[in-house]
Amino acid sequence: MVENRLNIGKISEGFVLDHIQAGKSMEIYKHLRLDKLDCCVAIIKNARSNKMGKKDIIKIECPIDIIDLDILGFIDHNITVNIIENETIVDKRQLKLPKEIKNVIKCKNPRCITSIEQELDHIFVLTDEENEVYRCKYCEEKYNRH
Amino acid sequence: MRHLMNPLDFSVEELDQLMDLAGDIEAHPEKYAHACEGKKLATLFYEPSTRTRLSHEAAMLNLGGSIMGFSSAASSSAAKGESVSDTIRMISCYADICAMRHPKEGAPMVASQHSTIPVINAGDGGHQHPTQTLTDLLTIRSLKGRLNHLKIGLCGDLKFGRTVHSLINALVRYEDIEFVLISPEELRLPGYVRKDVLDKKHIPYTEVVRLEEALPTLDLLYMTRVQKERFFNEEDYVRMKDFYILDKAKMALAPKDMLVLHPLPRVNEISVEVDDDPRAVYFKQVQYGVYIRMALILTLLDIHVD
Ligand SMILES: [Zn+2]
Repeated sequence: MVENRLNIGKISEGFVLDHIQAGKSMEIYKHLRLDKLDCCVAIIKNARSNKMGKKDIIKIECPIDIIDLDILGFIDHNITVNIIENETIVDKRQLKLPKEIKNVIKCKNPRCITSIEQELDHIFVLTDEENEVYRCKYCEEKYNRH
Repeated sequence: MRHLMNPLDFSVEELDQLMDLAGDIEAHPEKYAHACEGKKLATLFYEPSTRTRLSHEAAMLNLGGSIMGFSSAASSSAAKGESVSDTIRMISCYADICAMRHPKEGAPMVASQHSTIPVINAGDGGHQHPTQTLTDLLTIRSLKGRLNHLKIGLCGDLKFGRTVHSLINALVRYEDIEFVLISPEELRLPGYVRKDVLDKKHIPYTEVVRLEEALPTLDLLYMTRVQKERFFNEEDYVRMKDFYILDKAKMALAPKDMLVLHPLPRVNEISVEVDDDPRAVYFKQVQYGVYIRMALILTLLDIHVD
């Protein structure tokens, strides 16, 4: 496989997140809070891909119940999540748009109560699955991805 | 425990029950004069809105209850930096129900999450003002006799007017509703309301600039203020503002049974000469505002009067 050219060792238990849109891996690193984990993480940027041209890959060596992957569905549900046990892929998880996302994105509406109330979680709710629309739970401001 | 955050929190059936109760209150006010004896309403107004506050207070007083509260953030502990969630925890110990007005959108929802008493959203920024929408619905139902088969003209600031957006959201749940959107180009109904609400539910609507053009066919005209600060230049404002002054001459174009509503306060968009016209019901609307809030307080407190 292409990514093995970088000679990153095999994982005995953990995840391989494949088909990440090229350049997005650091964002995912941040959202999964991988910096907080005391485990081995490999980020491969701009790997060649037949399907995508270029892609990023993240390998995470950790117990598989330690990371909440729901948020990946929000960031990019085209990412392939391979679950590794004993150095082999035991499962591929389908990503779905989460119904609710907490403290990942901030409401940008300056009139929103989240702009002044301390310690209030920033919660966005999926209001239109078809068009992937998330709205602030408090002020209903639409979250714009771009 | 229930709160009222959004006019759509109540289903059409629940709204019917609420309006039936308001109707009974209108017919037999004496029956309800002591229904809330010993109960306290807290009005937490972080920004002044005298009409809305007095309407809630009048409703509670008419039910024999008592009232407490503040009418601006400066006079409350918010001035000292107290959070909404802390304020409501404290108020929950004093009062049985509260109405909150706050300049920040979603503040009443934050309150409801920490409250042990029902919370009424009495207006949160440009977001929701559900008791105004309930008032509008009750006024229409009481004076028109129905909430379906209506052609409704919405006139003025359709871009920023949250009462208009709320009313549209509430009315599209009824049968055979048609809208005529009357506004200057600069203040047209936002695309998301047209697309997400009207188009999605296949509600027929037309957009016109001139009020005269719309008037002859309407069952109902909902007027709103066109505020000077919404315009980029004085010239556009001057050009537009006269279009939307409803006067006797324009009323002559309207059907005999058309109703004129307005969320008030009006500035000059309805000439005072229209006030005596039996079709002008904006002051009756204020009275219906008290009846619907009485019904709401009883419903949220789960108080039943035989
Ligand atoms: Zn918000």
